[in-house]
Amino acid sequence: MADLAAHSAHPPGFAHQFEEMDQQRAAGNLGMWVFLVTEIMFFGGLFAAYTIYRSLHPQAFEIGSHLLEVQFGATNTAVLICSSLTMALAIHSAQTGKSKSTIIGYLIATMILGAAFIGIKLYFEWYHDYVEHLVPGINFVIRPEWGHSGSQVPMFFCFYFFMTGLHALHMVIGIAILTVLTIMTARGRFSSEYYAPLEISGLYWHFVDIVWIFLFPLLYLIGGRYGSGVH
Amino acid sequence: MSGQEPHGHVVPVGTYLGIFLALIAMTGITTGVAYIDLGPANTVVALAIAVVKMLLVVLFFMHVKYSPGLTRLVIVAGFFWLAIMVAMTLSDELTRHWTPESGPWSMLLPFLTKFF
Amino acid sequence: MSTLVAPVNEPPSPSSRVHYLNASYGIRSWLFTTDHKRIALLYLGSITFMFLVGGIAATLMRLHLIEPQGALFEPGTFNKLFTIHGIVMVFFFLVPSIPATLGNFLVPMMIGARDLAFPKLNLLSWYIYIVGALFTLYAIIAGGVDTGWTFYTPYSSSYAHSQVIAVALGVFITGFSSILTGLNFVVTIHKMRAPGLTWFRLPLFIWAMYATSIIFILGTPVIAITLFLLALERLLHIGIFDPAIGGDPLLFQHLFWFYSHPAVYIMILPGMGVISELITCFSRKRIFGYSFVAFSSMAIAVISFLVWGHHMFVTGQSIYAGLIFSVLSFLVAIPSAIKVFNWTATLYKGSISYQAPMLYALGFIGLFTMGGLTGLFLASLATDVHLNGTYFIVAHFHYIMVGGAVMAYLGGIHFWWPKITGRLYSDGWARFAALVIFVGFNLTFFPQFMLGYLGMPRRYAVYPAEFQVLNVMSSAGASILGIGYLIPLIYLLWSMRYGPPAGPNPWRAKGLEWETPSPPPTENFEEIPVVTEDAYNYAHSGGETRG
Repeated sequence: MADLAAHSAHPPGFAHQFEEMDQQRAAGNLGMWVFLVTEIMFFGGLFAAYTIYRSLHPQAFEIGSHLLEVQFGATNTAVLICSSLTMALAIHSAQTGKSKSTIIGYLIATMILGAAFIGIKLYFEWYHDYVEHLVPGINFVIRPEWGHSGSQVPMFFCFYFFMTGLHALHMVIGIAILTVLTIMTARGRFSSEYYAPLEISGLYWHFVDIVWIFLFPLLYLIGGRYGSGVH
Repeated sequence: MSGQEPHGHVVPVGTYLGIFLALIAMTGITTGVAYIDLGPANTVVALAIAVVKMLLVVLFFMHVKYSPGLTRLVIVAGFFWLAIMVAMTLSDELTRHWTPESGPWSMLLPFLTKFF
Repeated sequence: MSTLVAPVNEPPSPSSRVHYLNASYGIRSWLFTTDHKRIALLYLGSITFMFLVGGIAATLMRLHLIEPQGALFEPGTFNKLFTIHGIVMVFFFLVPSIPATLGNFLVPMMIGARDLAFPKLNLLSWYIYIVGALFTLYAIIAGGVDTGWTFYTPYSSSYAHSQVIAVALGVFITGFSSILTGLNFVVTIHKMRAPGLTWFRLPLFIWAMYATSIIFILGTPVIAITLFLLALERLLHIGIFDPAIGGDPLLFQHLFWFYSHPAVYIMILPGMGVISELITCFSRKRIFGYSFVAFSSMAIAVISFLVWGHHMFVTGQSIYAGLIFSVLSFLVAIPSAIKVFNWTATLYKGSISYQAPMLYALGFIGLFTMGGLTGLFLASLATDVHLNGTYFIVAHFHYIMVGGAVMAYLGGIHFWWPKITGRLYSDGWARFAALVIFVGFNLTFFPQFMLGYLGMPRRYAVYPAEFQVLNVMSSAGASILGIGYLIPLIYLLWSMRYGPPAGPNPWRAKGLEWETPSPPPTENFEEIPVVTEDAYNYAHSGGETRG
């Protein structure tokens, strides 16, 4: 039968429900993009709530934002941009038939950068905020110098922790996915004809980078950093 | 099958490096601009730079520049729906304390008195 | 006496041939399957169980409401009953019902594919559903939830002493099941249609599933994050809905209803798709206005996201926003009305037969129209002020959800049962059950329109004595309705063992799924079909060409 002959000629990684490899590739890409749209709406709920409360409580948000340290946010932004580059280069290496170790090198670099991001966040930022009594629900202390909008500053920190926390969770999942990809690469599963899992995981990783690209100005740069800041 | 052109558009490494440098530069700019007093424009500039960075990542790192139109439609739909959620929720949150004023236009549509 | 067309030759018994049901045996072959047809049956069993759970809650409520002072329960317990009834019926029955059972089974078959685009994700979606359901069942056993299925803050976030977190997590988890199903359908419909099957040759059931999937994808993540935030606020005793730190309880409602309004269209759109299939087959006629029906599905999916504020007219929303939402809510009725007109026009001069699926379809058209029209009273701000929070709302949505969606679901199950199982059921018993359901349904819910109009509030465990007659009528209807639902369970299960073989196409229907044996083989088609004709290419056109 025509179908059986076609099946045996298909490259490795081909799934039986499809008729052609191109169809499978297109479906995989579309599937990941549809998933990323669900992620836009998932994070979007938080961004929407943030927009509303920032409009309603601008001073409290500015006070909270100035309590974050810009250098860590900016460094982490740069770290993630580097990791997007290494991820793109990992896929490029697979596309152009480079050796397994090249691909693995880029994947591990991406993972290290991702881990660095989380390390900076956990230690220099979150732990520091914990020491400074800025964690709502755990040990938050309202400071008198915040004035009459002080009671709403915990709201900013709720958003800070929820949004960066959700983002960090996605990073951890991304690192786990990259680990799996590294093992798959080491086992020779990919070639210049079949690298779809790398490609669609790359889409996920870049998406997580984009979320941070927006989180950085929205959380760290509210109201500018000129002058004393506190109104 | 081997030896054939790989499926999917191959973006040159040079392009990737260029985009990378642009992204780093814009991160520096957005951080630096925050230390300059532009009033409300600070937020606008910061968000505009973020949007440009996002577009670079989407078009080049995520290959959307070389992807079929359906992909673009899907992405636009996602952002459009997010915009619906934000805009229509704001339409309540920001107008909740508007008090209806009386005037000739208020008989037609209450909110018009805000503008006339 | 069955009025199905007798096959010319006695079709082979389903046990004499290899097909998806007997291709492999054992529980592992079911729990680790990636065959969309088996996964559909896994879902069918699960949602039927959850329907019974939600149905028991409803039965207990209606028994309690026989007496004005409440016959059976404390008010706190009554609160838990209506909450559980709502949560289970909405999230664990109606939302997955047609998409996860009939959709999973039929989408690949109707488009000439061997399976969905991502069969393993399909299986994962079922497991996710089960985990979510287990969280909810745990919550019920561990004391229940009393916030209403709408979980409004600050009661749910700060004051309720019930299993809010467990249920919120359960619904959160199950939401991902919907997302994966919707994702699978969208990619499958875009990328896996058979050669010649252009968009405008697709069965309208596929258009309906596609529109539903758009809502799954864009709406479900929002309720996921919202319930997650609610659970966090309960856990941490502080959160973004907390007025003490500047939070707005109404924001919860905005985020909740941003999904939950489109969710009601998730619940009805697939049913509308089923009705298009049933009406055409049982009038032996092409659908009137194919593109209008197709586009109206898409219009419903889009506009459904613009109207959520109509649930918040009386909870403190700005009146200006209320005006916008009211106008848009009127607008969303239009595509639904277009469908009703098109189905009616399809019936006109059709060659109509009244087997059980058609009875369900005709019942749907009438009851959905009533439910939909009563929605317009609620879209209007002035009347909503009086009707909100009363039994009018309860009747309105039950007419659509039960009189509409559940009838369509049952009609679809009865229509495709021969394809799914390879067996015929007794059409006599099926028609009897359909009539019992129709009578029971109307007796249950029409009095509730009157109760609401007269002012009886919803979610109350006690009521003024003058409302007792109508309440007793409603409870009597509910018992009839319950019996009506049990009857199909019996004869359908019986038919799986003892029903006569169905043959490939007992209804002589058009559609690729009917061109396979019943039950179908695991790969659906020996050769992928090539499509050369429009959908519903019934010989009898009644003078109408594809519109």
